[in-house]
Amino acid sequence: MEKDYFEPVIVGFLCRWCAAAAADAAGTSRLHYPPNIRPVRVNCSGFIDPVYILRALLEGADGVFVAGCRPGDCHYVDGNLKARRRIAILKETLKTLGLEDQRVVFEYISTSEGSRYAELVKKFTEKIRGLGPSPLKKKFLTV
Amino acid sequence: MIKVNERIGVFICHCGLNIAGTVNVEKVAEEISKCKGVVHAEHYIFMCSDPGQEKVRQTIKEKKLDGVIVAACSPDLHEHTFRSAAASAGLNPYRVEIANIREWVAWPHEGKGEEATEKAIKIIDAAIEKLRDNMALLPVEVPVTKKVLVIGGGIAGIQAALDCADAGLDVYLVERGQSIGGKMAQLSETFPTLDCPQCIETPKMTAVAQHPKIHLYAYSEIEDVNGYVGNFKVKIKRKPTFVDWDKCTGCRECMKVCPVKVPSEYERGIADRKAIYISFPQAVPNKAVIDAENCIRMKYGKGCGLCAKNCPSKAITFEGNGSIEEVKVGAIIVATGFDVMGVNSFGEYGYGKYKDVLDALQFERLLAPAGPTSGKVLRPSDGREPKEVVFVQCVGSRDPDNWHPYCSKICCMYIAKQAMLYKHAVPDGQAYVFYIDIRADGKGYEEFVHRAMTEDGVIYLRGKVGKIVEEGDKLRVYGVDTLTGRNVVIDADLVVLATAVEPSKGIDDLARKLRIQLDQDGWLSEAHLKLRPLESLTSGIFIAGAAQYIKDITDTVSQASGAAAKAIALLSRDKLEKEPIVATVDEEVCVGCGNCVSICTYNAVELDPELKVARVNEGLCEGCGACAATCPSGAIQLINNTKKQIFEMITALTRRD
Repeated sequence: MEKDYFEPVIVGFLCRWCAAAAADAAGTSRLHYPPNIRPVRVNCSGFIDPVYILRALLEGADGVFVAGCRPGDCHYVDGNLKARRRIAILKETLKTLGLEDQRVVFEYISTSEGSRYAELVKKFTEKIRGLGPSPLKKKFLTV
Repeated sequence: MIKVNERIGVFICHCGLNIAGTVNVEKVAEEISKCKGVVHAEHYIFMCSDPGQEKVRQTIKEKKLDGVIVAACSPDLHEHTFRSAAASAGLNPYRVEIANIREWVAWPHEGKGEEATEKAIKIIDAAIEKLRDNMALLPVEVPVTKKVLVIGGGIAGIQAALDCADAGLDVYLVERGQSIGGKMAQLSETFPTLDCPQCIETPKMTAVAQHPKIHLYAYSEIEDVNGYVGNFKVKIKRKPTFVDWDKCTGCRECMKVCPVKVPSEYERGIADRKAIYISFPQAVPNKAVIDAENCIRMKYGKGCGLCAKNCPSKAITFEGNGSIEEVKVGAIIVATGFDVMGVNSFGEYGYGKYKDVLDALQFERLLAPAGPTSGKVLRPSDGREPKEVVFVQCVGSRDPDNWHPYCSKICCMYIAKQAMLYKHAVPDGQAYVFYIDIRADGKGYEEFVHRAMTEDGVIYLRGKVGKIVEEGDKLRVYGVDTLTGRNVVIDADLVVLATAVEPSKGIDDLARKLRIQLDQDGWLSEAHLKLRPLESLTSGIFIAGAAQYIKDITDTVSQASGAAAKAIALLSRDKLEKEPIVATVDEEVCVGCGNCVSICTYNAVELDPELKVARVNEGLCEGCGACAATCPSGAIQLINNTKKQIFEMITALTRRD
């Protein structure tokens, strides 16, 4: 169903050891946040190839929300730090493509931080709503 | 591993009203039934119930399903349930995926039925896309070496080693000092029973030496650790002793004639040892080592040699006889214990400057019947019997601004014990204790402290000590009693500081070798503080004793037996099963750049030296997928999490209707 107003599409990549569990905790605590985020559960944020983020943006996502464990807490020692570096570099690249780098975020969220997950998702959704539809979407997806 | 055709069944759970109250499950089933490959879509009130699981099993058989999606709660809750159900109906468990439409959809989007329904469809759709390419997998089976490495020969390591060995496992016990025994062997008596460690620990030390299953590596350190649960390879470095231990009988004739005196580690510096030494009378092994830094012969390469001349068994060689040995073990128990803060701190108390300001471990040696004063309490400065002794608790503990934020936990009890033992040694003396709080939370502990106060007349003053100054042959202690609000000045003959307990020196280096984590204070991180306190996050590596956090002997021994039980349970199996979600390499595509080799935390990827392609050791691979993210050609991928699968999921999630 096509809407006549802008509802951002947000793809999430959540580490199963922390952020995915925090998302579970947010649900269990009945914390409400906008339904725009559509998350993928991954083994580790260090698994996330920057290409996945680009792919999501090209396929029509207006924003990508990535979350991994807090520094020192990574189940695989330092996958979260690998992710942080990759995403920092990716954001630089996004700028050269004429895309706002705020459309991609990387957050540290620990297992117990359900309320922080809900809060960050809410904030990010509002941020993307403010930025408007992804320019890539206009370029590639409008017929 | 077979690629399968598509006959997918989707089972949507109402979870009572938890899901169905928000998500329109009928609509979800209807929409999902239109997806390619879906031959069955139904919704049911409780999928996880017995009838719900039976529906899954029946449908798998009747409709010959080759893949199952359960749209329900978090996979952390029931993934295992549904995978087992599928397996019992003959479907490979890795052909089952969970779509979380409760915690991730229904609950956070209550009151937004339309959006929630749409989101649930998207999430199930994405799960179907992933499932299409899921391989049917079998758990990776790895063999098990039924041997245990115990690091640290204190009471924790001794107990763990004995328990494992009694269960029939071969044990390598590695101790870096000359003798096992640890801190407990230095104590005078132990609270709250006032047993002497010689009576209760020495028999255990002897049992270690005599146990046919325990291989003791004293005066040795861990050089390197490789491998994974069930299959660790450990290099143990035997440090050079310059004495042939096969010949040494422990007669101590060498120690009589050695002219070099060095502060004794065992006596915590209040007495000397020789350059050739056996740490203490009950040492295990009862073998001498030469301290090469202080031995005249070792330093100058000639001269002295008195010990060798006096040795009846000609054991002293002066030759570097160190070696590195590699052993294979299935489990590792880390029992490296603690240290207490040393003399370079606490200038305000004159610690390290005034001879009669001691730390509590030094005072233990003064109280010990086998100590340098034969248990007589005498001042180090002039050998006089002290009549007024001040004990100061929480020195460096519970002091987040200057030292450690944590409580050192054992000090309240051992100070009560020391004050009590002092009174037994000097009946006309007076003991004072400055404390912040008394923490006596063990069996018989509260009563023990009470006994120190009432029977031995120890005066407890609630407050801290500001400074200590030497006045003539007295130590003037400036403190405060917060209960009366008055400043207190005591002219003491001796001061004992309960300095903070710290992680054992070198633990950071060892933790790196073992690939286990430390917490912010340097203690070993456990897998879960409450539910998995004996395990590290690295599977197969267990934690015992004060290495995890400060413990008294009772707790240390309990935990050591617990860690041993964990290791015994692990090694009772002939094969270990490992999650088969590991990295695989398409050798046709791999260019051998080595990115995956260098990014792997577990050294699980190697380059084949001839073909120049990456090879994954499935036993070592933990399945994090960092290699897949760094591979420029997409040659290395995580099984059932391939690039194609993630791409298809992204497409499904961003699909516009």
